[in-house]
Amino acid sequence: MSLLHIKDLKVSYGGIEALKGISLDVEKGQIVALIGANGAGKSTTLRAISGLIPKSQGTITYDGQVISGHSPQKIVSEGICMVPEGRRVFPNLTVLENLKIGAYLRKDDIQPDIDHVYELFPRLKERAWQLAGTLSGGEQQMLAVGRALMMRPKLLMMDEPSLGLAPLVIKDIFKIIETLHENGITILLVEQNANAALKIADSAFVLETGHLGMHGTGKELLNDPRVKDAYLGKSQVRNGVG
Amino acid sequence: MFKTVFPYLLTGISVGGQYALIAIGYTMVYGILRLINFAHGDVFMVAGIVMVYLNASGMPLWLSILLTLLITVIIGFAIERVAYKPLRSAPRMSIMISAIGVSYTLQNLVLYITGGLNQFYPKIPFISNTVSIFGVNTKMVTLVTPVLTAILVVALVQLINHTKIGMAMRAVSKDFETSQLMGIKINSVISTTFIIGSFLAAVGSMLYFTNYNTVIQTSGSMPGLKAFVAAVFGGIGSIPGAVIGAFIIGICENIIKGLDIILFKSGITKQNLGLATFSDAFTFALLIVILVVKPTGLFGEKTTDKV
Repeated sequence: MSLLHIKDLKVSYGGIEALKGISLDVEKGQIVALIGANGAGKSTTLRAISGLIPKSQGTITYDGQVISGHSPQKIVSEGICMVPEGRRVFPNLTVLENLKIGAYLRKDDIQPDIDHVYELFPRLKERAWQLAGTLSGGEQQMLAVGRALMMRPKLLMMDEPSLGLAPLVIKDIFKIIETLHENGITILLVEQNANAALKIADSAFVLETGHLGMHGTGKELLNDPRVKDAYLGKSQVRNGVG
Repeated sequence: MFKTVFPYLLTGISVGGQYALIAIGYTMVYGILRLINFAHGDVFMVAGIVMVYLNASGMPLWLSILLTLLITVIIGFAIERVAYKPLRSAPRMSIMISAIGVSYTLQNLVLYITGGLNQFYPKIPFISNTVSIFGVNTKMVTLVTPVLTAILVVALVQLINHTKIGMAMRAVSKDFETSQLMGIKINSVISTTFIIGSFLAAVGSMLYFTNYNTVIQTSGSMPGLKAFVAAVFGGIGSIPGAVIGAFIIGICENIIKGLDIILFKSGITKQNLGLATFSDAFTFALLIVILVVKPTGLFGEKTTDKV
């Protein structure tokens, strides 16, 4: 049985239907990529799963339990964490505090998790006492990932982790995603950088203005001429620009 | 010279401390909700009235003090739940109007209960006592206020910088949505803010009304306004700013009140100029000057919005 199961999900923002009934499955232990152009509804999907916005129809089932309609707090405590678009670290908190706040709902000892995040991102350890607002974009992205790991998520959702980062840093970020995957975390990845996302994805969906389009393994989509035309050409250019 | 100025300086520090306790409530709520809570001065006044009535009911003083703190906190909490929480996603102007509505509701309610008569504030032993320092007679409250204010402010800053709820408050003040993704309950953090603000206002009211002796339904307006000015002066959203702003305003206001006598006694003027009348106007003139020079106030956040 899949870890996350979305059935006929519809979401509306002030009269505009951003998601027009999508259904998808995220299998345990996989990297699932959701690609598509601006405004296709990728972020909306993640925000609906995390409980930030209400759905108008459909169900979201996680680990055999219906979670649509639950508060964001409840959903986080069930093990679904999000790395939001644009990183959104707390600029007025130190790096260490940002990590601690990631474990806000936990009552047990979080020191091992802090050490684990420092191991993944030694940079963060060096800067533990710095305010997060003073970090570079890449460091903030690492912090945002580290912060999400503090809840020991079973499902990690990442919204455009490569956005606005230099090509070298993007490489690092995707390496980290693979490491997390090897550690057994299921990952739902939203990306405009389709090339990089499809390379590491076990399974991928193309989202087109609220509808799910093609679906297949990362490799299949990577070699699909239609995907190449619509998304990869653009993404190569974007990569070049950084 | 010193002997003439000193009593006004002393009163200024004391009043400044009382303003500071109110100003913290304004600045904390603004920091989290970006809302000027116009009802805050009236919560301060209601705390005074509650104390008057509890004491008149014949219960021991310590119990009325405790119950006043408790009831004020409940009122502050309830105001947020009833008048502000339903408007969470409404434009900020609507919440502000709601705050003005709460302000008048509280004033009218107190007018209804008291019939608009001055209520005599009970004497709290020790702080009502008269002491003499450097030859100046004053109430003990004048000395207690700055000390108590300092203790409460230090405790509050510790709470905000070194506890889990404090960390959550700082996070929520920057980013509601991401805070929710961390599992923080926004509404409990906001409630905590109102509880802390009302508690400090209640403490402030005990010190203030011990000094001024009477409470009436409009008693919260001026101190509330001055505390608000102090919060803006210090940079609204900043707690140290509000406290320092409050002390500056308290001291300046009282020096102006005494300026006629100070000038006369030191031989600069031969007659009373009546400058004391302008002490309130001066407060606002000072605010304008500061905001022209430093638009975000003394310790205001720089307006670097989210990247």
